[in-house]
Amino acid sequence: MTEPAVRLQKARREFGSTAALDNLSLDIHQGEILSLVGPSGCGKSTLLRVIAGVETLDSGHVFLSGRPVDGDGFIEPEARNVGFMFQDNALFPHLSVRDNVLFGLKKRKDTEAAARAEDLLGRLGIAHLAARFPHALSGGEQQRVALARALAPEPGIILMDEPFSNLDQGLRQRVRDETLSVLRASGTTVIMVTHDPQEALSAGDRVVLMRGGAIVQVGTAYDLYDRPVDAYTAAFFCALNAVPGLLRGGRVETRLGTFAAPPALAPEGATTLYIRPDAIDISTVPGAIRARIRRRVFLGATEHVILAVEGLDQPLTCATSARLPKDADIVFLSVSPEKVLIF
Amino acid sequence: MPASSPAAGLLRRSGRRWLACAGVVALVVALPFVGLALEALKGSPGLWAHLVSSILPVALVDTVILLAGVGLVTATLGTAAAWLVTAYAFPGRRVLEGALLLPLAVPTYIIAYAYLDILHPIGPVQDAVRWMLGYESPRQFRLPDIRSMAGCILLLGFVLYPYVYIPTRAMFLTQPGNLIDAARTLGISRRAVFWRVALPMARPAVAVGIALALMETLNDVGAAEFLGVRTMTVSIYTTWITRTDLPGAAQIALMLLLIVVGLVALERWARRRQGYAGDTRRNRGMTPVSVAPSKGVLLLAAGLVPVLLGFVAPAIYLAIEAWKRYQFASLSARLLHEAVNTIVIATLATAVTITLGLLIAYAARLRPDTGWFLRVSTLGYAAPGTVVAIGVLIVLGSADQLIDRAALQWVGISTGLVFLGSGAAVVYALTVRFLAISAGGIEAGLSRIPLSLDHAARTLGQSPSGTFRHVHLPLSKTAIAAAALLVFVDCVKELPATLLLRPLNVETFATHLYGEAARGTYEEASIAALAIVAISVLPVVLLSRVGVAGSASSTSARKHDTIEDTRT
Repeated sequence: MTEPAVRLQKARREFGSTAALDNLSLDIHQGEILSLVGPSGCGKSTLLRVIAGVETLDSGHVFLSGRPVDGDGFIEPEARNVGFMFQDNALFPHLSVRDNVLFGLKKRKDTEAAARAEDLLGRLGIAHLAARFPHALSGGEQQRVALARALAPEPGIILMDEPFSNLDQGLRQRVRDETLSVLRASGTTVIMVTHDPQEALSAGDRVVLMRGGAIVQVGTAYDLYDRPVDAYTAAFFCALNAVPGLLRGGRVETRLGTFAAPPALAPEGATTLYIRPDAIDISTVPGAIRARIRRRVFLGATEHVILAVEGLDQPLTCATSARLPKDADIVFLSVSPEKVLIF
Repeated sequence: MPASSPAAGLLRRSGRRWLACAGVVALVVALPFVGLALEALKGSPGLWAHLVSSILPVALVDTVILLAGVGLVTATLGTAAAWLVTAYAFPGRRVLEGALLLPLAVPTYIIAYAYLDILHPIGPVQDAVRWMLGYESPRQFRLPDIRSMAGCILLLGFVLYPYVYIPTRAMFLTQPGNLIDAARTLGISRRAVFWRVALPMARPAVAVGIALALMETLNDVGAAEFLGVRTMTVSIYTTWITRTDLPGAAQIALMLLLIVVGLVALERWARRRQGYAGDTRRNRGMTPVSVAPSKGVLLLAAGLVPVLLGFVAPAIYLAIEAWKRYQFASLSARLLHEAVNTIVIATLATAVTITLGLLIAYAARLRPDTGWFLRVSTLGYAAPGTVVAIGVLIVLGSADQLIDRAALQWVGISTGLVFLGSGAAVVYALTVRFLAISAGGIEAGLSRIPLSLDHAARTLGQSPSGTFRHVHLPLSKTAIAAAALLVFVDCVKELPATLLLRPLNVETFATHLYGEAARGTYEEASIAALAIVAISVLPVVLLSRVGVAGSASSTSARKHDTIEDTRT
C-alpha cells in the first residue's frame, strides 16, 4: 500500500493557553481532494501551515509521503514540495504575472522554466495577462495566477487557505470548479480550508470537520450530512429543528409522531430529536398534525415556512418547494422518519 | 518520543544565521552601555555626594521642564501643521507640505547659534523694534533675553516639530476616508472630526513623534549650553570635559538613561499601534476640503510661520553672515577638508547603520519571538550622543589598549589607538545612535508586506535569505531609501559624539561650529553652519518628494480599491 500523502500523528500546537491543534491525527491519501471545514479559530489554518512548514508543532509528527518533516529532523518549507494558495492570493506585487509564475522555477533551466510557465498560463487561460502586474488584475484573474504559480514547481500537495472567499458568490463557484478540475487532472493532493459548509460538501472527496483544534468527523460529504456523529456536525451543515421527545422501548415519542431509535441509544427517558427543514412536508390537505403559519421566507427554489405547533415551545422551520396559497394560515405536516436524527 | 523543547526548535529552523547576526548586533550596541555602567560603579562616594547636592537637583528640574515644554510645542505645531496640509485644499498647499519639513535641516545648536545673534540686544531685530518704538539705546528697551528656559523651549520646538509632523501627516493621509465620511453622517461637523476621529486615530503617530523629538532634546548639548539651560546632558558634558570626572559623567548618564527608557517605552508602545493602523493603507484617503481664497491665504500664512521661524530666518541670517565672511576671506582649505570629513564619516556610518538595520529588522520578522534583539539594538537612539560617546570611549579605549599590548607582546610593534585614532569610534557611536532610525524605518516598511508573501516564497523554494533578496528587498526599497536619508542627515548634524570621539586634528563642520561658538570667535562658523543646513536640506527635499510621490501614486492604489470592492 502506498504511503499517505500527509500523515499527522498527535499533532499539537498551542498559542498561549489555547490549543490550535489538540493531538490531532489524520491521514490524507495521494491524489485526494480534502475539504477542511470548521468555524473560525478551530485550527484549520494552523493545520495547513504546519503541513507547509511555516508553522512548527509543539509535539507530534507530520509525515509527507512517509518522510518525517516535523520534530527533530525539521524540513524547511522550501524543501517540502508543497504548494500554497492564500486567501489574499499573496501575489508578489513587484513582479509581473509571468515572473510570479517563474518565481518557484528558479532551480530549473531558464528555457525549461519559461516553457513550463507559458504552458501553465496557456492552460489556465491567462496567457494574455503574462506581462501585467497583480494590481491590474481582477479577483478571478489573480486567483488563476496564484494557482499557476503554486502549480509551476509541480508540488505533490497543494494547500489552499480559503482561496475563494475573496471572490463574489457567482464568480466563486466558477473559479472553484475550474481550479479543482485542473488540480484533479494533475493528480495533485489537495487540502482546502474553508469556513463555508456548502463549499466543503461540494468540493472535496472527503470532508474533515474541526472544532477546538480537534477533528469532529471525517468522511465523505454524504457521511457528514446524512450520518453526522453528533448534533454539532448536523447543525454545522444545515439548520436543525430540535424537538423534545421521550425514549421508551426503542422508540422516541414526540409531539410530531413516534420514531424508531437507533439500537445503541440509552438510557430511557427525555431526549431530543433533530429534524431538518426538508424532512417536514406540509400541505393544506387535513392531516394528523396541525400547525399555524407564523412567517414565510421565500428563497426562490424553496420557501422556508415557520410554523407554530401546539405542544411545542419552539417554532418549527420547514423547507418546501410546493407553493402554498397566498393566504394559507393553517397547514398540516408530516415528518419523513428516515430523515430524523437522534443522537 | 519526547517532544523537542522550544529552544531546540528555535535553533533547529533555518534563519538562525540571521538570528545569530541580530544577536551580535544587539551585543555590539549594548556594549557601550555595559561599559558605562561598569565605569559608573568606579565613582567614589565623595564625588557622588557632590553630584547629588549641587549638580543633579538643578539639572533634573531643568531637564524635566525642558522636556515638558518641547513636548507641548512640538505636539501642537506638528499636529496642527499636519492637519492643515491634509484636511484643507488651498493654493500653495503642496509647497507648504514640503516646506514644513525644512526645519529638520537646522540642528538645535545652529538655531540657537543663529538666534543668539539675530536677537542680540544690539542685533538687527531689537534695533528694528527700538526704531519702530522710538527708543534710542538698549538701556531704554530690550526684549526678554533669549538666553532662558522659555527661549530654549521655543527654539527647540521650532526645529523639532517635524518629528511629529511627519508621522502624523502620514497617518492623516492613510486614514480611511470612509471613516471620516461615517463620522460626518453620524452628525459630527467637519471641524469636530479632527477632535473626535482624526486625532484619536493619529495618536500613536503623535506619540512616536513626540518621543523622537524629546530624544533629540535630550541629545542636545549646543543649544542648551549656548542658552544657559543646565540640562543633565550639559552636566554630563561639563562634568567630564571640565573636571575630567569620567565616573561622575557616567553616573549622570545612567540617571539620564532612566528618563530615556520611559521615552523608548512610549515610542515602542505607539509603534505597535501604528502597525495595526497600517492595515488601512488600501483605503481611500481623506479628501481635503476646498476653502475660500481669503481663508486660503490665512491658512497658508499660518502654515508658513513655523517654516519662517524654524528655517527661513536662521538660513537667511547664516547666508548673509557667510557671504560677508566669504567676501572678507574667501573659502579656506580647512573648510573644504572639513566638508570631505563630514561626508565621508556620514556616508560610512549610514552604510553600516542601514546594513545592520536590515539585518535586525528582518531577523525580527523571521522570529517575532526574538523581538527583544531589535529593542536592544534600538536603545542607542534614545541615548544622548554624549552618553553613547562616553560608552564607546570606554569600550574602544579598552580594546585599543588590549590590541596594543597584544601586538607589543607578540609582534613587538605598538599599534597605538586602532579604533579611537582611525575614526572607527565615531562611526561606531553614530551607528549605535542611529540604528533605531534605520531599523525602525525598515521594520515599518517590512510590516507593510503581508506575511503570506513570505510563506508563498518559502513554499516556492526560497530560503529565508532568498525570500529577503527576492521579495522583501525590492518591496521595501522606498522604506530603506527613506531610512538612509534620515540617518545621513542625522550623521551630518550630529555634534556631541563626533566632538568627543573624532581623531586628533580631524574636524567636521559641526565640531568646527562648536569650537568657534565655544571660543566666542565668530569667524568661519557661519559658513560651516550654512553648509550643514545645505547638506541637510538635500535629503529633506528628497524626503518631501517621496511624500508627494506617495500621494501621486494613489491612482494605482485607487485601482486596487476597485479590485478590492469587486471581491467583497
